[in-house]
Amino acid sequence: MAEETGLLPQRSLGGEVPGGGDRRQGLAFVVPALVLITVFLILPALWTLYLGLTDYRLTGVQAAHPKVVGTSNYTHALGDKEFRDALGRTLLFVLGSAIIGQNILGFVLAWTLRSARRWVRTLVETLVLLAWILPGVVVAWLWIAFLKDQGGTLNTILHTPGHDWWFDHPMGSLIVFNVWRGTAFSMMLFAAALSSVPPSQLESARLAGAGSRQQLRDVVIPSIRGHILTNTLLISLWTFNDFTPYLITKGEPHGASAVLPVYIYLTALPGERLGFASAISLIMLVINLLLALAYIRILRRRA
Amino acid sequence: MRVSLEEVTKVFDGGVTALDGLSLDIEDGEFFALLGPSGCGKTTLLRTIAGLETASSGAVRIGERDVTRLAPGERDVAMVFQDYALFPHMTVADNIAYPLRIKKVGRAERRAKAADTGASLSLAGLMERRPAQLSGGQQQRVALARAMAAQPTVFLLDEPLSNLDARLRLEARTFLKKLQHDLGVTTVFVTHDQAEALALADRIAVMESGRIRQVGTAREVFQRPANVFVAGFIGSTPMNLLHGECVAGDGEAATAWGHQVDVAGVRLPVPEEIVTELNPGDKVIVGVRPEYFAETEDGIGGQVEIVENLGTTSLVTLTTEGPRIQVTVPEGREPAPGTTMHVSPQPGRMLVYRADDGELIDAP
Amino acid sequence: MSPVELLRRIGFYVFVAVVTAFFALPMLWLVTAPFTRNPSLSVSWPDFTLGNFKHLTDDPNALPSLYNSAVLSLWTMLITVAAAALAAYALSRVRVPGRDGILYLLLLLSSVITGTAAMVPIFQLMFKLHLLDKDLGVILVMTGGLLPAAIFILKDFMDSMPKSYEESARVFGANSFQVLGHVVLPNVRPGLATIAVWAVVNVWGNFLMPFLLYRTPEKQPAAVTLNNFYTEGGQPNLALISTFSLLYSIPVVIMFLFVSRRYGFRFHGGIKA
Repeated sequence: MAEETGLLPQRSLGGEVPGGGDRRQGLAFVVPALVLITVFLILPALWTLYLGLTDYRLTGVQAAHPKVVGTSNYTHALGDKEFRDALGRTLLFVLGSAIIGQNILGFVLAWTLRSARRWVRTLVETLVLLAWILPGVVVAWLWIAFLKDQGGTLNTILHTPGHDWWFDHPMGSLIVFNVWRGTAFSMMLFAAALSSVPPSQLESARLAGAGSRQQLRDVVIPSIRGHILTNTLLISLWTFNDFTPYLITKGEPHGASAVLPVYIYLTALPGERLGFASAISLIMLVINLLLALAYIRILRRRA
Repeated sequence: MRVSLEEVTKVFDGGVTALDGLSLDIEDGEFFALLGPSGCGKTTLLRTIAGLETASSGAVRIGERDVTRLAPGERDVAMVFQDYALFPHMTVADNIAYPLRIKKVGRAERRAKAADTGASLSLAGLMERRPAQLSGGQQQRVALARAMAAQPTVFLLDEPLSNLDARLRLEARTFLKKLQHDLGVTTVFVTHDQAEALALADRIAVMESGRIRQVGTAREVFQRPANVFVAGFIGSTPMNLLHGECVAGDGEAATAWGHQVDVAGVRLPVPEEIVTELNPGDKVIVGVRPEYFAETEDGIGGQVEIVENLGTTSLVTLTTEGPRIQVTVPEGREPAPGTTMHVSPQPGRMLVYRADDGELIDAP
Repeated sequence: MSPVELLRRIGFYVFVAVVTAFFALPMLWLVTAPFTRNPSLSVSWPDFTLGNFKHLTDDPNALPSLYNSAVLSLWTMLITVAAAALAAYALSRVRVPGRDGILYLLLLLSSVITGTAAMVPIFQLMFKLHLLDKDLGVILVMTGGLLPAAIFILKDFMDSMPKSYEESARVFGANSFQVLGHVVLPNVRPGLATIAVWAVVNVWGNFLMPFLLYRTPEKQPAAVTLNNFYTEGGQPNLALISTFSLLYSIPVVIMFLFVSRRYGFRFHGGIKA
């Protein structure tokens, strides 16, 4: 990737640049951003590749003189039960909270609020948006407190004192939490998409006698299919990389809530196995890449 | 200031040749039009004079100075863009004062000069408004005022009237002509509208695919188009271009005019001054404006197909055995469709072009 | 009203009530606890005391960490906006085949190389560059991550500005920097504001990078400090946590309101604000 981006300055030399033909100036305009991106974004990604091939550790002999161990980290990772469990949990997390939870709740909210009264709409939208924009550390604490076994608000409401949700159902709780946290984006994207459906199409469907469920199926869904796909890919990507679970559960109990980002952190820093963690990071990067490529394909096709 | 272009060629990155070895002299103080269909290179030519495009080869001179390689800001020209390019975030006063700001003129002096220039174009009450709050005509005057504030040696106007609605356009045209006359600064403008060029310009260059096809005054270009391209382009109703052949004159004609031109079986006299330029057998194109056809008994005959009312005249389309012919007739003299009509060119109003290259056959 | 319609109406309000409760309940604590004497974990009717805010000044790290967050956010914002504006301008005006490819590649990179996926090498890189435990390290890493999307958004704004504005300024003699300062930047102000707010909100809320790159508690920004408050051993000081959380959240909410009021909500290639 660095090689391709390296072409950027040379390619820009070919054309007209701002300021009346001074090509060096155009290049100078791009350089600061390019350097920052290359050093602090691309270089780390490439470094992941290299580190994953070594037995690098935070302390000890391997810290000073890391040995290249080839692909053993990767083969080890793929065979490692802990890694596969973490991956499985992550997929469950993405599927449950993003692809199903946020997508469906976001759409239902956008669809029902469309015709709701103004104050209802404002109230619900504001709450959903607030959950999305509050800092992660704050919402993590709010949910720790909300689901706490002793004195948590949920137990008070449900009259189930002492039920430890985070301990007994770590993944289920995380999924509910993330639906709460992230639905706002889907809701807004779908609201924008729905407002772009031509009213004449809905009207002609209504004239043909279609009920609201048929209108949804025959007119609305087909015309916002692209938005649904876009939304699904983006929220999957974000959920896949979300570090907030660490803030809530630290992977506890006994790793039962360690999704991949948490697992990488625990392996790399407290666990001090940087080489192995890098190998997992690279696997994560590849999955990210596939999701992003799919997204960009859609984006370009629509453009 | 005089503007001269010498063998200017502009080839764009994609390999498109926009200007093709073009030479042109624009005199000091002249109001000069670059006229042509879209894509003919007229805007590129204007931008090359401005310095927004750099000529691939050839030279651009303003006065005695070679400006071919100079940046736009160093050429002492001012340009009014088709969309006026007024800065939306600045007030009218700040827009007009902008050239002075670049020249590092002090704030107080800038404001005073902008106010003066604005007032001279009746913008006095609008100085604190934003461009978006102005009408099209007002925006155009602000753009002109801003160009004037730069005190350039040459004004460049890109389609100055095209963004105005039809009614306003005539008013602005008159205003523009007077303004140019009063300022006396060399002004080059681009237009695709031949009526605009004829009305405004002292001289017109008619362009086609990167070349100049004719340079001349409005009268020259209108009355004696140098080639069939210009002939077809100039005039609110296109000139009739009729294919014909030169034949040796017979009978009385032979002694009176020499050769004749055979068009659709009717023999027309060859204009006296070019008789020696033509030989029997030459293929020619005869050009006659619809306004210059007169109804005669022995002219080219045709059936009246359509009559279009143009106000004071009507345009009649005739189908003949050969080509279609369009003729204008005065108010109240319109023939009924389906009737037959004979027409021939008014004396001295017939132009003869060579069929092979389309150039006007002129007196030697 | 037909029975079917009545049922539908009732169903709708039940749904709204459930959704409202679901979204509001976890957040209620944030507005009640700071104003409740001796707050507990549970939501209770506040007695509107401001006494809890005294804990903020008692704790040695609380207020300084908010200041640290502000410093990090502002520097990152300034560098991001400046570098993105220059790059977006050049890219928007360059006529090169493959330019769009480069831009999409940039967008791709920024969404693929997330802090979580690259935390190990970022930690390594900062260690090698001696930027661990320094503000500059966090600022640069955050800037690198924000820049591609920032360029993408700004280029969108610049593309929609007529080229004749700049050409007009150039004919009057403006140089590149004057064109940028007098004409381009004032015209893309909504874009600049969007990017600025977006950068500030991102840095302000980011936990992972400062958590990874700082060692000294005094240097840590609010996100890490708040996390320390509730993960440190012993009974958590709820008065401190609740007031600090509230204070820490308010700027984000205000900035969000500012942007959505002023410029409306827009989607820029799916950038999370």
